[in-house]
Amino acid sequence: MLGRLSLAAIPFDQPIVMITVGTIGVVLFAVLALVTVKGWWPYLWREWITSVDHKRIGVMYMIVALVMLVRGFADAIMMRTQLALAAGHAQGYLPPEHYDQIFSAHGTIMIFFVAMPFVIGLMNFAVPLQLGVRDVAFPVLNSVSFWLTAAGVLLVNLSLFVGEFARTGWLAYPPLSELAYSPGVGVDYYLWSLQISGLGTLLSGINLTTTILKLRAPGMGYSRMPVFCWTALASNLLIVAAFPVLTATFAMLLLDRYCDFHFFTNDLGGNPMMYINLIWIWGHPEVYILILPAFGVFSEVVATFSGKPLFGYRSMVLATMAICVLSFMVWLHHFFTMGAGADVNAFFGVMTMIIAVPTGVKVFNWLFTLYGGRVRFSVPMYWTIGFIVTFVIGGMTGVLMAIPPADFVLHNSLFLIAHFHNTAIGGVVFGVMAGYSYWFPKAFGFKLNERIGKAIFWCWFIGFYLAFMPLYALGLMGATRRMQHYPDLHWQPLMLVALAGAVCIFLGIILTGVQLAVSIRARARNLDLTGDPWDGRTLEWSTPSPPPAWNFTHLPHVERRDAHWVAKQAPKPSITPKPDRAVGPIHVPRNTPIGVFVAFFTAILGFALIWRIDWLAVIGLVGVLAVGLWHVWQTDREMVIAPDEVTEFERRNVKEAA
Amino acid sequence: MSAPHDTPMYSLRKSLLLVPACGMLASCKEGVLDPRGPIGHAERLILSDATTIMLAVVVPVIVLTLAFAWWFRAGNRRARYRPDWEYSGRIEVIIWSIPALLILFLGGMAWISSHELDPPKPLAAREAPVEVEVIALDWRWLFIYPEYGIASLNQLTVPSGRPIHFKLTATSVMNSFFIPQLGSQIYTMPGMTTQLNLQADEVGTYQGLSAQFSGDGFADMRFEVAAKAPQEFQQWIAQARARGGTLSRATFAQLLKPAHAGEPLTFAQADPELFAMVSSGRNATRWSPEEAR
Repeated sequence: MLGRLSLAAIPFDQPIVMITVGTIGVVLFAVLALVTVKGWWPYLWREWITSVDHKRIGVMYMIVALVMLVRGFADAIMMRTQLALAAGHAQGYLPPEHYDQIFSAHGTIMIFFVAMPFVIGLMNFAVPLQLGVRDVAFPVLNSVSFWLTAAGVLLVNLSLFVGEFARTGWLAYPPLSELAYSPGVGVDYYLWSLQISGLGTLLSGINLTTTILKLRAPGMGYSRMPVFCWTALASNLLIVAAFPVLTATFAMLLLDRYCDFHFFTNDLGGNPMMYINLIWIWGHPEVYILILPAFGVFSEVVATFSGKPLFGYRSMVLATMAICVLSFMVWLHHFFTMGAGADVNAFFGVMTMIIAVPTGVKVFNWLFTLYGGRVRFSVPMYWTIGFIVTFVIGGMTGVLMAIPPADFVLHNSLFLIAHFHNTAIGGVVFGVMAGYSYWFPKAFGFKLNERIGKAIFWCWFIGFYLAFMPLYALGLMGATRRMQHYPDLHWQPLMLVALAGAVCIFLGIILTGVQLAVSIRARARNLDLTGDPWDGRTLEWSTPSPPPAWNFTHLPHVERRDAHWVAKQAPKPSITPKPDRAVGPIHVPRNTPIGVFVAFFTAILGFALIWRIDWLAVIGLVGVLAVGLWHVWQTDREMVIAPDEVTEFERRNVKEAA
Repeated sequence: MSAPHDTPMYSLRKSLLLVPACGMLASCKEGVLDPRGPIGHAERLILSDATTIMLAVVVPVIVLTLAFAWWFRAGNRRARYRPDWEYSGRIEVIIWSIPALLILFLGGMAWISSHELDPPKPLAAREAPVEVEVIALDWRWLFIYPEYGIASLNQLTVPSGRPIHFKLTATSVMNSFFIPQLGSQIYTMPGMTTQLNLQADEVGTYQGLSAQFSGDGFADMRFEVAAKAPQEFQQWIAQARARGGTLSRATFAQLLKPAHAGEPLTFAQADPELFAMVSSGRNATRWSPEEAR
C-alpha cells in the first residue's frame, strides 16, 4: 500500500536529525499560525502565490534561496565542526552514514536551491525592467517554473525526516549511485528533486531567452542592452543548451535504478564513465550559468557607483559570449585523473585556460571603469571590490588546476574545495549580495540599512578567507575532500581556523536577517521616492520604486546605451506630465494558480516515485495533466488596467517624488 | 543622491595578509610540496612556476583595484572625474594581450607537461620497473606483485630508486589511488584498467590514500607506502613468502565484502589471473542494504 514507506523511514534514533526536524516544525507552525491568525492568506494567495508578475516571482525566488541558504549553511557548519573534532583517533560526532548525506546535501542544495534561485530571481526581477518591457515573454510559464523549483525544494527538505538523502556526493557518480551500491531512497530523493526543479529551470531559461531576444523596448538594439541583460542572455542560452543534458543523464540513471537498465552499471555493458562525461557536459556550463549573471551585476554596480559608463562595453559583451561558447568545451578537466591520455588531457587543459582570457579582460574592464570615476562606497560597491580582489585568486588557482599534471596532485583535494568556494562565494555569493542590496530599494521602495550591510560584507569577506585559505594549505598537505575523519593531528589547527571562518560567515547570515528586520521597521526614513536611489544608469531606475504591475506607463524609447543616464543629462522636463501623452488601457496577464497546482501534483508524483507508491504516483500524474488541461480551456487570461487607475498612480507618484 | 563614503580599503588590505599565511606551507614535511620522487618533483615545479607567473599579474591587479578605488573615491578633490570616458583602443589591446600572452605561455606548459608526465608513460631508468597490480576493494587496497607471485593488503612496499609500474582496477565503485609525496594520482575503476608510473627516490614511509569518495569506509581507505633499499625489499619479499597465506579466488571472495581498513596482511601466493579477472569486470559485486549502511 505504501510502497517502501513505513514508520522506520523516520530516523527516530538520530537525535541530531530529530532536534533539527523539531525546530523546523515549530518555526513552520509558528509562521503558518501567524499567517492564519492575522488573516494574511487571501492576500498571500492573491498577490504572491498566484502572481504572474515577474517582479513578485523574482522576489519569491530570492526568498526560497535565502531560506535554503540557511539549510545549506547548517550542513556546512556541521561539516566544519566534524572536521575540527575528528583528528587522530577521534571520530567526531557524525558517523559516516550521516556525514556522507550532509556533504551530498550541502553541495546539492547550495548549487541547485541557493545559487540557482538567487541568480534566476535577480534575472527575473531586473531583466524586464532593464529592457523597458512590461513582463517576461511567458508570464504564466514563469509562475510554473518557480513553483516547480519550490516542489524540488520541498522534496529535498522532506528527505531530512522521511528516509534519507544521497550518500554519493553532489553529482552522484555511478557506480556508487547505482542500486547495487546505493539501495536506499537517498539517491531517488536526489534524482527526483533535481528532475523537477531542473524542469523549472529549463522553462525559466526558455522564458528569459525569449524575453531578451524578442521583447525589448523600442529602439533597444542589442548594442544598447545593459550588460546585465547580456550576461542574462548568455546564462539562459546555457540553461537551454545544458539542462536537457542533465535531465537526460538523470533519466538514464533513473532507468538503471527503477527498470534494471544498464547505462552506467558495472555489468552487462554499462559504462559509468559515460555518466561522468555527460554530467560534466552539463556541470561545467552550470558554473557559468551562475557566474555570468554575477559578472553582470558587478558591471552594473561598478558603472553606477563610479558615475561613469562601463569601460569597454563591446569587449565586455564579446568576452561574455566567448565564455558562453567556450564553457561547453572544457568539461573533461573535471576528470584528468581518469586516464584519458596526454593529447585529450592537454587539449582540455588548454581550452580551460583560454576561458581565463575573456575573464581576465572583464576584470581589467571593471578596473578601468573605476579609473576616472567618482566612486561612492555603498554596500553594493563593497561586494564588488571584495569580489575583484577575491575572484582573481580563485581564477589563478583555477588556471593552476587546468594544467593536467598539477591537477594530478590537486584533484579532489581540499585545494579544489578551496578553489571552487573561492569562485562560488567570491563570485556568485558576492554578486548576488551586491544585486540584492542594489535592487532591493527598487523592489520594495526603501533602502536596506547601510551600516548592517557593510557588517554583513565584512563577515562574509573575512569569514571566506578564514574558512578557505586553510583548505588551500590542507589540500597541498594531502588532505582530500569528503573524508569523515583524518589521522593527522597537525591538520587540526587549520581545521579549527576554517571552523572560525564558518562561524564568521554564520554571523553574516544572521545579520542579513537583522538587516531586513531593522530596515523594514525604519523604512519610513529610508524611502526611495525618486525611484533612482543610486543615481542609476539603466531603465529600471526610471520607474517608481516599487514599480507598478505594468512596470512602465509609457514604454521608453531608447536612443543610446545607459538610457536613463542619458535622459537625466537632457534638459530638465517640466514636472507635470505632458498632456499630449494620453494613457490608454494597459493589458496585463491575469493571476493564475496553475503554477502552484502543477507543482503540488508534481511534488506528489515525485514523492510517490521515490517511495514506489504506485497509486499515489498515478494521482500525481493525473493531477498534473488535469491541471494542464484545465488551464488550456481558460480563455480569460488577461485583465485590463483602466486608464483612470494608471493616471491616478502616476499623479500620486509625481506628488510623492516632488 | 550620494551615499556616505568612508575608508574601507585599509581593512581590505589587512585581510589580504591572510593570503600569505599559506606561506607557512613551505615548511611542511608532507604532501605534494615535499615530494620524494621524480614525478612529484616535476609536479611541484609546475605548481610553483605557474603560481609565480600568475602572481605577476594577479598581485598588480589587486593592488590597482584597491588603488583606483581609493584614489577615485568621491571625496577626493584631486582625482579627475571623467564621466564620459568609456573607451581606449590602446588599453583594449593591452588588456586582451596580457591574459592572452599569459595563457599562451601556460598553455604551452600544459601541453608539454601533459605529455611528459602522462601517467602511463614509463619512467626513464636503467632498471626495469617493479610491476604492481592494484585492486581497490571496499574499503581496502590489494597490491599484487606478479613477478614475485606475492600479494599485500593495505601495505605497499616498493624498492627505492627504481621505477614502479602500476596497473589499477577496482571491484565495485570508483576510487583514486594517490600517494601525495610521490606525485600523480589515478582513478581505479571497475571493469577498466588504468596505469601509473611512479618512483620513490629515498627510503622512507609515505602515506597513500583514496582521493575519490567511495562510500562509508572511504575515510579509512589509507595505506602505508614503505620505500625500502633494494636489498631490504628483497628481504621483505622473502619474508612475505615465508609468512605463508594464499590469495586464491576463495580468499579473494572474502575480501570483496565491505570492510573498514584493518591491519596490513601479506600473501605468499597470489592467483596470477586475479587482476585480469577483476579488470575484465567479471565479478561485479553488490552491497546489500545492511552492508551499505
